Amino acid sequence: MPLELYLDLHSQPCRSVLLFAQINKIPFEFKAVDLSAGEQYGEEFGKVSIIRKVPVLKDGDFILTESIAILQYLAAKHHTPDNWYPTDLQKRARVDEFLSWQHTNIRTHGSKVFWFRGVMPAVTGVPVPKEKMDAAVEDLNASLKTFEDKFLQSRPFIIGDKISLADLVAIVEIMQPVGTGLDVFQGRPALSAWRDRVKKEIGVEVFDEAHKVIMNVDTLAQTFENKGLPEFLKLKIQRMFN
Amino acid sequence: MAGRQAVKAYLDLVSQACRAMLIFLKHNKIPHTVENIAIRKGQHKTPAFTKLNPMQKLPVLEDNGFVLTESDAILKYLATAYNVPDHWYPKLPEKRARVDEYTAWNHTNTHINTSSIFLHEVLLPCMGQPTNPENFEKVLADLDGTLDKLENMFLKNQPFLCGDDISLADLLAVCELIPTCLSSHGLEMDILKDRPKLLSWRNRVQSALSDSFDEAHSVVYQIREKFTAKLSPC
Repeated sequence: MPLELYLDLHSQPCRSVLLFAQINKIPFEFKAVDLSAGEQYGEEFGKVSIIRKVPVLKDGDFILTESIAILQYLAAKHHTPDNWYPTDLQKRARVDEFLSWQHTNIRTHGSKVFWFRGVMPAVTGVPVPKEKMDAAVEDLNASLKTFEDKFLQSRPFIIGDKISLADLVAIVEIMQPVGTGLDVFQGRPALSAWRDRVKKEIGVEVFDEAHKVIMNVDTLAQTFENKGLPEFLKLKIQRMFN
Repeated sequence: MAGRQAVKAYLDLVSQACRAMLIFLKHNKIPHTVENIAIRKGQHKTPAFTKLNPMQKLPVLEDNGFVLTESDAILKYLATAYNVPDHWYPKLPEKRARVDEYTAWNHTNTHINTSSIFLHEVLLPCMGQPTNPENFEKVLADLDGTLDKLENMFLKNQPFLCGDDISLADLLAVCELIPTCLSSHGLEMDILKDRPKLLSWRNRVQSALSDSFDEAHSVVYQIREKFTAKLSPC
């Protein structure tokens, strides 16, 4: 039975998992889960994961959630080149350090900006209040500063000369707000140079293909008009603003 | 590991992650020294500490010049460097993945929600600041959701979160889920009180960690007693 990956490419963690599998030629079946239609709340997907989030890995009877765990599992199971998740203890620790930090920093703030710029207006028809938007962008800027000052510094990649899981996770998170028209790379030459190096390592075409969906997020308004707004989204938005 | 110098742990035991790290060091008899950094006194913002960790957070590990932040990374590093029993962080990919899954999920689930509770129930009242009841209801609801998943997705019918043996996952989780102190209603606040499965899990983990657990939690117990004494009727 082939490896199954349950994915929606609007989701940053789904992109890192997809790219990792593709780069390392790990055979898998792409199981699409349409988040904008609320498919994660359906009965079928519920059988796969009760958390109702993507990505999910299904390897026979073995089911795994959390992209970080999935990436680490795939690296070990498929004996991917050492640079992705080095066996050297201190190098590995540096990768783990970034993968831990990003959860409540770049990921949180990049996601928020994406929601505020890309999803909310598509749902409500009006922009998010300026105060909230400015605060979200400020938080994102602070995360990006820490990323550059502490994690990247003047190295070609996060942990040194070679690309690792840290760079892969970082790039998909940083790309999230870009799709809504906020070019975070503008005015950040070091970050842009890093992005170009990462894209080259991953493969520019492969990278662009994975990001096609997010770069066209302005079509979300039309999608909601066509399919109707799923209930879970209404609730999520209510909670975000209370 | 013979001939290896002790590691240095920068900790404030008010922090769950710091307690998890200390427990792990003590329980596995890893040679270490502790430098206490008092968050309430702003010691994490001094120039010296900022040089060590520009993010001004705890815990921090220093291993002979190698400085590491983020408790997930620290615990995994120590588990591997000191060759602790396999169950802490199993080498088999499928078993290791379960621990990695929990440590990832912990950030935006157990940790965030229990921190909010601690803030509302302990820190704000202790500092004499008002709490926000409406916000607190939301926080409780979020925590409830988290505990449901902890029980149904991780623990299920296993003795520990990731299987038959204790692992880093249980260590991180248990430090988030100790009983805090009295609620503003004067009742003992144990967020696990209506969940017998999680209560027995917590007891199991505490037993497995015994003295190390109590030692690391002494600060929290003190805060709890102090607060209890304040609220007790004369």
